[in-house]
Amino acid sequence: MDVLSSLGDGFTIAITWQNLGLAFVGCFLGTIIGALPGLGPSNGVAILIPLAFTLGLPATPALILLTSVYYGAMYGGRISSILLNIPGDEPAMMTTLDGHPMALKGQAGEALAISGLASFVGSFFATWGLVFLAPQLVKVALLFGPAEYFALFALAFATLGGLASRNQAKAALAATFGLAIAMIGVDGQTGVPRLSFGEVHLYDGIDFLVAIVGLFALSEVFVFLEHRKPGEDGAPRPALGRVIPPAGMVRSCLGAMSRSTVVGFIAGVLPGAGASLGSFLAYGLEKKIAGNAETFGSGDPRGVAAPEAGNNAAAGGALVPMLALGVPGSGTTAVLLAMLLALNITPGPLLFAKNPDVVWGLIAALFIANVMLLLMNIPLVGLFVRVLMVPTRYLMPTVAMVSFVGIYGISGSTFDLMVMIVFGVIGWVLRKMDVPLVPVILGILLGNQMEVNLRRELTISNGDWTALVHSPLAIALWLVAVAGFLAPLLVGRYLRPRSASPIADEANSGD
Amino acid sequence: MSDRILGGVCVALAIFYVWAATQIRLSFISDPVGPRTFPIIVGILFGLSGLVLMLRPDPDPAWPNAGRLAEIAAAVILLAGYASLLPRFGFVATTAVTAGFLSWRLGARPAAAAFAGLAISVGIYVVFHLVLGLSLARGPWGF
Repeated sequence: MDVLSSLGDGFTIAITWQNLGLAFVGCFLGTIIGALPGLGPSNGVAILIPLAFTLGLPATPALILLTSVYYGAMYGGRISSILLNIPGDEPAMMTTLDGHPMALKGQAGEALAISGLASFVGSFFATWGLVFLAPQLVKVALLFGPAEYFALFALAFATLGGLASRNQAKAALAATFGLAIAMIGVDGQTGVPRLSFGEVHLYDGIDFLVAIVGLFALSEVFVFLEHRKPGEDGAPRPALGRVIPPAGMVRSCLGAMSRSTVVGFIAGVLPGAGASLGSFLAYGLEKKIAGNAETFGSGDPRGVAAPEAGNNAAAGGALVPMLALGVPGSGTTAVLLAMLLALNITPGPLLFAKNPDVVWGLIAALFIANVMLLLMNIPLVGLFVRVLMVPTRYLMPTVAMVSFVGIYGISGSTFDLMVMIVFGVIGWVLRKMDVPLVPVILGILLGNQMEVNLRRELTISNGDWTALVHSPLAIALWLVAVAGFLAPLLVGRYLRPRSASPIADEANSGD
Repeated sequence: MSDRILGGVCVALAIFYVWAATQIRLSFISDPVGPRTFPIIVGILFGLSGLVLMLRPDPDPAWPNAGRLAEIAAAVILLAGYASLLPRFGFVATTAVTAGFLSWRLGARPAAAAFAGLAISVGIYVVFHLVLGLSLARGPWGF
């Protein structure tokens, strides 16, 4: 099997002291980022990208660091869900339903352990899914011409905005806003400046890293300023209890874990669904299978295992379209895409042919990160619990300052910092208005490629616009795009978990 | 009502954007599509989404009261001031003041906030500059 031999090569790339060290640091930071309410995978990775970039890390180590953070954040989100009843990030929302009742019953340690194990099962098997599915998808993607890519981008916008949003108009508004920003700067094909109004700083366009850090990280600070309650202190530290779950509990959860892994992985691969949907569907399915719904919601271990396996499997699944097609399946993978683009690596089918070392090194690193995370998360969970107690009044200023350091490090330009602040304010307003941020990011990231593909196709066809739907593949992609955009109008209510607390919803709209 | 205002602002922005896109200079060589078309399409879709939002708004979100809005405005002004003074006074001093102020506004007592500001600033300086070698803004005192 050449997939396995490629994976073997990947391991030889990933297993160096430097890469193992980066994976370790990434896992550790990621777990903390995931656990802290207000910092989720997308804004955590967003803050770290400019730093990894300015530190001058080569592509493979930088990716290993950031994907370890990404996987780590998926593990970490459960900690505050269980102990504080506040989801550490949005995908961990479903974990509060049974996790916190377990903690109240004095089973916090067991809940953390079983969810850690479920996270491992979910992401481990999802990474195997990635290994086998991504190369298959690459084979399909090699058939794509510019028209198909243009349709694929449209599909990404339609579904990413569509499924994740309550209001299609707002999703469309967000996507077109992002695309509109992407158009600013010198046109790559004719060399004329566009929409930059004579401002030299705008000739290069707006750096997507500046926009991402502003929208995701800085807006968070404003959300916390808005919601501060006077005299608020860190919550009291709950007792952990035993951190090794009884074998019987593990056995009773195995079925839930394996089913949730499958459900989560599929949800992750589908564009636009992402980890939140993965955990939501997994929880719903287990509740239905269990039949006696009373134990669910009052501390059933299966209700902890299912959403955690689901969201971690979805995190792995979301990497499939991101790596194979260059089209991310969730908010955080959109941020990882930004990372790749910043390193001058264009994901997509050619990545597998031209930079197999990057792809397979990354995948091998995911396996390593997973094992590290399991080892870290079961015995060391007490340490993370202590970090969780850092009050936001010290955490948020740190987040803001690190954001500034990262962006200043890239360009050393005050203008970029100002643009970042503007994006921070825009991000806050959009969150308040329930406009999803992910399509904005995706628009900024993919806008230029989308236009290039459109113009390439029309150059080939000599200006004939019907060329955009000349192949069955393109037509199929357009149909899926339209269906994906319209479907939530009909069934959206069933696909979106209702948020328990508005602040968690607002604070975590990143993923 | 909020959605109607947002929609209206977006429609106005979209009209301006499409107008600005029609003003893009054309170069003497060009592909069949040219540099104007895609921005115009995007602008029109942006305007249409804004229009839908105006006509079919969601219920209003809970806006913070005037005091809270002032907090956020103050933070924005502070951060803008930070960004412009950073090259002049260097990283450590400006960051200590900014982080301290934010920490105070997020609920720390003044003395604790001042200490937190200093700790955050020096902490970042040590970790990112001294250990990781990232270049930070150098002020008149070299840090």
